[in-house]
Order: sequence, then C-alpha cells, then structure tokens
Amino acid sequence: MHRSGPGALFGPRGWGAVIAALILICAVAPLLNLVVPKGSLFHLSDFSVSLIGKIMCYAIVALAMDLIWGYTGILSLGHGLFFALGGYAFGMYLMRSIGLDGVYKSPLPDFMVFLDWKAYPWYWSFTEHFLYACLLVVLVPGVLAFVFGYFAFRSRIKGVYFSIITQAMTFAFMLLFFRNDTGFGGNNGFTDFKRILDYPIFTPQMRMVLFVLSGLALVGTLLLARWIVSSKLGRVLTAIRDAESRVMFSGYDPLWYKLFIWTLSAVLCGIAGALYVPQVGIINPGEMSPANSIEIAIWVAVGGRGTLIGPIVGAFLVNGARSWFTVAFPEYWLFFLGAIFIAVTLFLPNGVVGLVAQLRAKRREKKLSAKPA
Amino acid sequence: MTTVVEDENQGTSGPAAIGGGRVIEHDVLDVTHGPILYLDDITVSFDGFKALNNLTLTVEAGELRCIIGPNGAGKTTMMDVITGKTRPDSGTAFFGQTIDLLRMTEPQIAHAGIGRKFQKPTVFEQHTVFENLELAMKTDKRVRRSLFAKLDSAHGDLIAATLEQIKLAQAPDRPAGLLSHGQKQWLEIGMLLMQEPRLLLLDEPVAGMTDAETERTAELFNSLAGKHTLVVVEHDMDFVGAIARTVTVLHEGSVLAEGAMDVVQNDERVIEVYLGR
Amino acid sequence: MNLVRLIRCVLAVCALAVGLPAAALTPEQIDKLAAPGSDARAEALNSIAAAGDESAIPFLSALAEGNVQTSVSLKKVLIVIDGKGIDAVTGKPVAKLPEDLDEVVANNVFRRELAAAIATLRLTSGDRAVRLAAAKTLQDETESDRLPLVERAIAKETDADIKALLERVRANLQLNSKDKTIRLAAITSLGSSVNPGTKTILLEMLAKKGGEFVEPDADIRFAAQKSLTEVEGRLTKGERIGQVFSGVSLGSILLLAALGLAITYGLMGVINMAHGELIMIGAYTTHVVQNLVRANAPDLFNWYLLAAVPASFMVAAAVGMALERGVIRFLYGRPLETLLATWGISLILIQAVRTIFGAQNVQVENPVWMSGGVELLSNVVLPWSRIVIIGFSAAVLLLVWLALTRTRLGLFVRGVTQNRAMASCMGVHTGRIDTWCFGLGSGIAGLAGCALSQIGNVGPDLGQSYIVDSFMVVVLGGVGQLAGTVYAAMGLGIVNKFLEGISGAVVAKIAVLVFIIIFIQKRPQGMFALKGRFADA
Repeated sequence: MHRSGPGALFGPRGWGAVIAALILICAVAPLLNLVVPKGSLFHLSDFSVSLIGKIMCYAIVALAMDLIWGYTGILSLGHGLFFALGGYAFGMYLMRSIGLDGVYKSPLPDFMVFLDWKAYPWYWSFTEHFLYACLLVVLVPGVLAFVFGYFAFRSRIKGVYFSIITQAMTFAFMLLFFRNDTGFGGNNGFTDFKRILDYPIFTPQMRMVLFVLSGLALVGTLLLARWIVSSKLGRVLTAIRDAESRVMFSGYDPLWYKLFIWTLSAVLCGIAGALYVPQVGIINPGEMSPANSIEIAIWVAVGGRGTLIGPIVGAFLVNGARSWFTVAFPEYWLFFLGAIFIAVTLFLPNGVVGLVAQLRAKRREKKLSAKPA
Repeated sequence: MTTVVEDENQGTSGPAAIGGGRVIEHDVLDVTHGPILYLDDITVSFDGFKALNNLTLTVEAGELRCIIGPNGAGKTTMMDVITGKTRPDSGTAFFGQTIDLLRMTEPQIAHAGIGRKFQKPTVFEQHTVFENLELAMKTDKRVRRSLFAKLDSAHGDLIAATLEQIKLAQAPDRPAGLLSHGQKQWLEIGMLLMQEPRLLLLDEPVAGMTDAETERTAELFNSLAGKHTLVVVEHDMDFVGAIARTVTVLHEGSVLAEGAMDVVQNDERVIEVYLGR
Repeated sequence: MNLVRLIRCVLAVCALAVGLPAAALTPEQIDKLAAPGSDARAEALNSIAAAGDESAIPFLSALAEGNVQTSVSLKKVLIVIDGKGIDAVTGKPVAKLPEDLDEVVANNVFRRELAAAIATLRLTSGDRAVRLAAAKTLQDETESDRLPLVERAIAKETDADIKALLERVRANLQLNSKDKTIRLAAITSLGSSVNPGTKTILLEMLAKKGGEFVEPDADIRFAAQKSLTEVEGRLTKGERIGQVFSGVSLGSILLLAALGLAITYGLMGVINMAHGELIMIGAYTTHVVQNLVRANAPDLFNWYLLAAVPASFMVAAAVGMALERGVIRFLYGRPLETLLATWGISLILIQAVRTIFGAQNVQVENPVWMSGGVELLSNVVLPWSRIVIIGFSAAVLLLVWLALTRTRLGLFVRGVTQNRAMASCMGVHTGRIDTWCFGLGSGIAGLAGCALSQIGNVGPDLGQSYIVDSFMVVVLGGVGQLAGTVYAAMGLGIVNKFLEGISGAVVAKIAVLVFIIIFIQKRPQGMFALKGRFADA
C-alpha cells in the first residue's frame, strides 16, 4: 500500500525479468555466438554481439542520466565527458599493455614516441596495473563530478544554467584532450589495443567476456538504481525535482542529495566508458563532443524518463536505429535523429514506456466499460 | 473535535515517540527570556528599492501573531529573511536568545525549529499524501540515513495522526498533485506539523479555502498556539479577527502599528494606508 | 638534390640562350675573378657589387656554381655548361671546347662572398620574390662596402616587408663599421625602429660571453641599452595595441554571435541550441548571394555585401520565425525540453545544409575593398575586414538597442517579457510578439553569419563552434541584460587574446571557459544581476 519503504525491490514478476535477462546475457548469448555454427538461423553474429555489447554500455549511461535528470530534474550535458573519462582511464591501461608491440617498438605508446617524449608523464604512473586503472575509472569521473557539483550546487546553479555550464565544462575538456601536449594522444586518442590481462583482445572469447561483463554491469546498475529510487533518498530526489524550496524548508540540504546522485551518476558513466572502450577498440576526444552528451538525454527521453526501464529501452531504440540508418540511409540519420528530438519533446513527454502505459490504461478502461454491456 | 486533535498531537510529539531524535543541533533554542523571534533593524534592498526598512519585530514564545499590510509592505521578504532565503543588508535576526539566523542555511534553520508555509501551496505533487508527510517528518535528514531509512510503527502512527488532523485520512495514497487547492494548503500545514517546529511561519494559509475550511483552519491555529509559536500573514480580515491576539501592521518595510485587533483597526495611520486617504 | 641542380643548370642555360650581356664585366675584372686565391679577386668582386649592375649576375652565378673554366691555350675564360662553352667576355658560344680546360675553384669563403654580391645586385630586381630572397640572404652580411647599394635599395623599396629586412641589413652593416661615430649613429637610429629584429641585434650587442661583454666599448653599450629600451617600449606598445585590437575584433564577433541569443534567451528565456545554425544559415545566404551577383552582375561583385546583409537577416529571421511557430511556442515554460527540441532542429539544419551544399566548406570571397589593412606600426597591421566587422557589430548593436527601446515592437517585447499576463490583458498579441521577437534574434544571428563568412570558413559545422561561446557570453553578462552582453563579449574577446599571447590559442580558450565556470559559481546571476522578485524567474 502506501508503505513505500524499501522492503521488496521488485515484485515476483520483476525479479523474474531480471533473472531472465541474466540468463539471456550470461548463457544464451555466448551459446548462440560461440557454439551454434555460423550458417545456422540461431547463430548470433560477431557484429551483433559487439553492437549489443556497445548498446548495453550506452544503456548504463542512460540509466545514470535518468537518475540525475529523470528523477532529480537536473539535466546534465556532461555525461559524455564522464563516459569518455572512464574510457580514457581504462584506455591508459590498455595502451600500456601494448608493451613493445607498437609501431615503434618502444615501451612508450606510439603517440608519445611521435612527440619525442622520453618517459611517461606523472599522471600515467601505475596505470600499467589493472586494478589501479579500474580504480581510476571510478575515481576520475567521480572526483571531477564531486568537485564540480559541490561548487555548482552550493551556488544553487539550477536548470538550464546548470546544463549550459556542464556543456562548457565538456567543451573545455574536449579542447584539452585534442591537444597533443595533454598526453592522451591528441585527435587520435588511444587505439590499436592488443591485450587485457595478457589475453589478446580481439578474439571471439574476449568479445564474449566483455559482452557478459557489460550485461552484468547493466543489470547491476539497474538493481542499484531501483534500490535508490525506491528508498527514502529516492523520494527526496524526486521531491527536489518537484519543489526544491519545500525540501530545503523541510530541513533537507539539497546540496548533499544532489551531489550524491550526481557523483554516483558520473561514476556509473565512467564504468560504462571503461567497458565500452575495449569493445570498440578506440577512444578519442570526439567522444567528449557536446553533441554526444545531449544525445544521451534523448535516449532517456525516448524511453521515458523517471522510469527505470525507459532509459534502457531508449538506448536500444535510438542506437539500434542509428546502426540501421548508417548502413541503409547514412544521409538521413541526422534528419531522423533531429526529428526524434523534436517529436519526443513535443508529443511523447513520457517516452515510449509512458506511451505503452497509456495505451494499456486505455485498453483496461475499454474492457471495464465493455463488461457491463 | 479540536481537542481530540490536540490530544493526539501532544501524545505523539514527546521525545519518546521520536525514534531517530534530532541529530543536527547547532544551538539549543533558548526562550527563557520570553521572545522566540527577535528581528532588529533589518534592511533589505533590491536595486535601491527597500523591501524592508529598519524592521524591528519581536515575537514571544507561544504567541499567535498576525501580520497584515498592503502589497509590497515586505511581509514575504520578512519571512525570506527569517528562513534564510534572503540575506539582509544589515540588521540582526535571532531565534530565541542564542541562535543567529543570519549565519544559517535554510535546512539548518528548518532543523532549528522554524517551519514555513509558502504563499502558493508547495507540496511534492508527484508523491502521495503519505509520502509528503513522511518526507517532512522530523528525523535525521542526511543522505546516508535517507538511503537506509525504514519507517517504524511510531512514525507510522504519527503520520496517521497528522492525516486525521488535516482531514486527509481517507486519501493517504492519492498523489498530492491531484488534491484540491484547499487540501494542498492543509497538506502543507500537515507537513509543517510533522516537522515539529517551535515557530511556524504561515504565508496566507487560507487563500483559496472554502469558508468551512477557513473556519477549521482558525480552530487548528488556535489549538496550536501556546505549544507552538505562530506567525501568520493574511489578507483575510475575518480570519485574522478569528485568530488574532496581537496584530502587526507592516507598511513600506517597517512596522506601522502593533497591538490588539480593534486597536490597530482604529489606528489613524493604518486606516490611511489601507484606504489611501 | 639532383633536381635542384638540374633546375639550376636549366636556368643557367636559359641565361646563356638569352645571350650574356658581355659588356657587363671588363676582361680585367673577369680575369681577376678567375684567378684563384688573390686579394685582387675579392676586390674585384666588391667593386662589381658596389657598381650595382645586374648584368653581372649570370657570370657570378656561374662562378658560384663551379661552371667557369679557364683555357690556357685559348687564353680565355669560358662558362661551360653541359659540354657547351661560352666566352665569358664576349658572350659568344665557343665552337669546340679546348682540351686544357681548368675549373676555377671557388672555396667556401669566396662562394659566400659571391652569394652576397649576387644578392646585393638582385636588390634592385623588379621581381618582389627575388628581392625578398636577396634581402634575406644579406641578413648576416657585415661588409660595409655594400652600404651605399643597400641604402639605394632602401630608398627605392616600396614593399614593407623587404624594407624592414633591408633596414636591418643596413644597421648591421653600419654597426660593423670601423668608425665609432657611424656605429653610434647607427645604434641611435635603431632606437626609432619598430622592427622586432632590431631588438635581437641590440640584445646581441649587450650580450656577455664568458663574463666579458661581447662589445668592449662602454659608450656603444650605453647607446645600445638606450635604444633597446626605446625599441622594447615601442614594440610592447605595438603588441598591446595589436592584442587589444584583435581582442576587440574577437569581442565584436562574439557580440554579433551572442546578441541574437541575448534576445531569444536573455529576454524571452528560450534556450535555442539551433542559434549557431541560424548563424550558419546567414553565412550560407551570403555565399548564395555572392554567387548570384557573380553570375548575373559581375561588375557589382564588390558590392554584393550590400545585398547579402539584408538577405542573411531575412532568411535567418524567416527560419527562426518558422521554428518559433512550428516547435518552440509549444514548449514555453519548459526550458529543458526547449533545449532538446532546438538541438534536434540544429541537427536537421546541419544535415539539410550538407545535403544542399555538400559537406565541404564553401567559398566566400571578400570584396576587394575589404582586403589589405591599415598599418599602424610596422608590427601592427589592422586588417580592413576586421575593422569593418567591428564597425558592423557596433551598428547592429545600435540598431538592436534602438529597436528595443524606441520602437513599438521593443515596447511590446519588454512588456511581454516582464509581465506576460498583464501585457495580454492590455491587448498585446503576446503570441505574435514572441514570433517577431524570436525572428529579430534569429535575424541578428543571420547577420553574424554574414560577418563571419568574411573572415572564416563557411561550412555546415560553422554554428557548432559558436554555440558554446555565445551562451557563455550571455550567461556571463547576465541574462536579460544587453549591456552585460556587450561587456562580456568585449571582456572575453580581449582576455582571450591576451592569454593567447601567453599560452597559445587552445589553452587560452580552456582557461577562459574555466574562468567563466568559476565566475558563475561566485555570481550565478552573471555580471549584471537582476535582484528581488524576478531573480528566481
């Protein structure tokens, strides 16, 4: 009833769906890809595996965006930055594990040899350790988000103002990473990875491992998000979205609530980025372009913000459409994407999930009204 | 009816009933010398326009004070200063003897025991009535506690009692956004009561209410006075007449007159201001 | 390397084919030059160089290339290229090369002297490129005999770059004179120079080597120090002026880009992410008008901007009004949704332009009167195009101010933005005012595009590079404040250019963004804040 405490995270049906998703990711997909022969109808192609793996990373980002935008009402135009930073942090490890197999056979990455650098700059220290790199994946976006968020939220920067400022931050970072002297490979970024933990990176098995990891991360993010939004903290977040001054005068300090969810959201993006980079084999400053960050918002909007399943649906719909368009009608992709932006904001404020719910409610109404007759 | 409500309220507001207790206590409220709110020489100006002009105002503990005044007299600005929303250019504001309001943030002031109702009813529209009250409830309001918070039965009882008090016991699961205007006003008052404040600031609490609702609100306020201190800003003179013990008239950012209702109503300057003679 | 040799040979052959002006050099001079190792050889070379006769060049070149040979049997000096010989004195071809040819060897020292002599002679060439190359060759020349010729060349020189180079050469020559008074005079005259190279020369004179001054004479050092201070002062002043100018220029561009946004965002509160694309549309309109004028009235090409300015305003305004009617008006009061929808619009506009005009940049040519510049100091040249744009943005600013304060539309706009309900009650069609106001903002974006097309590339992504900057300007200046926008644009422009001087363009840009982000934390309302009841709106 109205006891909306944490209690049960999902109903039995919800848990059923979660378990089904886990089986699909961990057992069915590897089976279809690795065991079922290529010619078979049920074979899952390598292309599909990497595409779905990629989109699952996007879905994590979309969920993170939903926590801060859908539930807390803060539109971030910097989530692409956090995603890219996570990717770069893990990319540093990947670059170092190339070892001497680069074009110049040097212990330094090719781009540093090209710049005539003799040693790694200080911020590359220890990145050859896998665990340290994993720590950076969490810390770099997390600390940046925390510091930025602390000052922004403390100054009560809200709404569009906040969005514009995050966009400026993203833009500044993109410019920074485009410079060769920054030490992250300039325009070209990181690429030509060879191995993770001494296993070669471009094998079907490794692809499947990354796929499964992304899937698990997505399910984990979903569970975490579900736990948060169904806790009292989640209700405070929604309250901040709807009436921040009431929250303040009720004795909650919105600063720490916003900062918590904002930092968590950035960290989730960083993790998604770290899973994404080895799957696509490249990370460059283009990932930080303001356009990417805005697009994340549209994944959430398409699926339905303020719901947990919405962002996942949205990420799959938009990115699925992209991969189809770029093959079939590359010219029209931007037209289509632009149209989605407009259509969703004008006609689908609650996204696809909201639309489905609406249709369902209508059908139920019809049934009810049909019964007495 | 009213007495029942009062009893319930008293029964549940004792320290024993509060599980978590207050954790953030900046200064202990000290009202031993009488005044609970003490504004001295407060000036607030917006681009040269003085919204408050050397305002000095004292409210005794347990008092029910009504504040009236024409538009732009500085009533809302005064509440903004007390609750930390606006920082004055000069002056001092103390809550009790020891708590300096001008150095505290809004949440800290709320914790110290000042509750505020806005002119426009402000509730969490996406949340249910129950959740609104739950969120307002006096408890540890820091992030980590909220994440692991569980509702115990004492809190549930307290919420149920308040639902009765504000006549929303029938609709705990209704989203607050679907309530009528008057119901929203009541819900907001209920949320204030859940905060267990020592001082309640109420900005036009009966605006948009039916006569019956207004009457009940007057009863509620009368019952609250004494245990709580109430400062009510209102334009509805009948309502003010029904609850007022002391009335303060604000005009152009400072106190024009203060005293019993009939004294103030017959004050020459007040008549001049209101009737524009 | 071989190719260079080949080209040189070909050039030499060409010179031979034209026929050597044999009269240029007397047989004695040629004999002296062909005799290796003697002082007479150097003397002869200097006298030839001092005479300043260009016709001596081919022989000197041949000498430097090692193509001059002597024959004892013929008693002649020959220029031999590819097995064909020419009499150096008469310029006539030699029918058959004798057996006893002996190459005239030019050692490195002599080759260097030859090069200097040739360069000196070339200073009077009609070809600018040749003169420039010659002046560059002479940069390290110290032979004071060349002085009169250099002086003559300076007097005749019209090109500023070459003249500056030559002046440096002259000073160099004078400074190395044996005569102390000439040196002092030269140093003092350098004090009035505005050439950055002068500073280097003077610094060299004051340098220390192993604890000893390179220049032993204290008087000379004193004079050099004095001149150095003067030159530095002037150079710094020039640099400052240059930086302020390019700062104002950048500021005026930012102002143009942000002015439209100051209206649509600042006054109306519409977050128009497609603002940059409206700028782009203005630039493309300019491109189209330019092409139309070129095709239909080539005589008027210099004045095509007169048509392009109103055209870009109208087209961008029309697109803007269509957007307002079609999309934005449904989203008033929902700023985040407006942000997303207008971003979608910007994607569509970008792709539309790509489809119509192609993904490549298009050409927009400056009219002739906009090329070139005003030379303020020798190290400060103000390009006309920039000056015109500064004037243009000032004019646009004035017009916008007049439109907002002196016209009925402006009155209505201010009324609607301050109190929509009240304006509506007084019979103002608020919807229509919104459309016109948005059209005005969009049109100004179009004007910005027209201006930008004159100084930068015009491509589909043009707008994307300005959108962040424009928003920064408006936010920094304070939303709803025209004056704030002006100050913010100029301030950002100048700060950006000064930082560029210190740290390079990209770092400067990053620094400015970081500065704005920090500034906004301190003053979320921008430089010029609205206070009181409207502050939260």
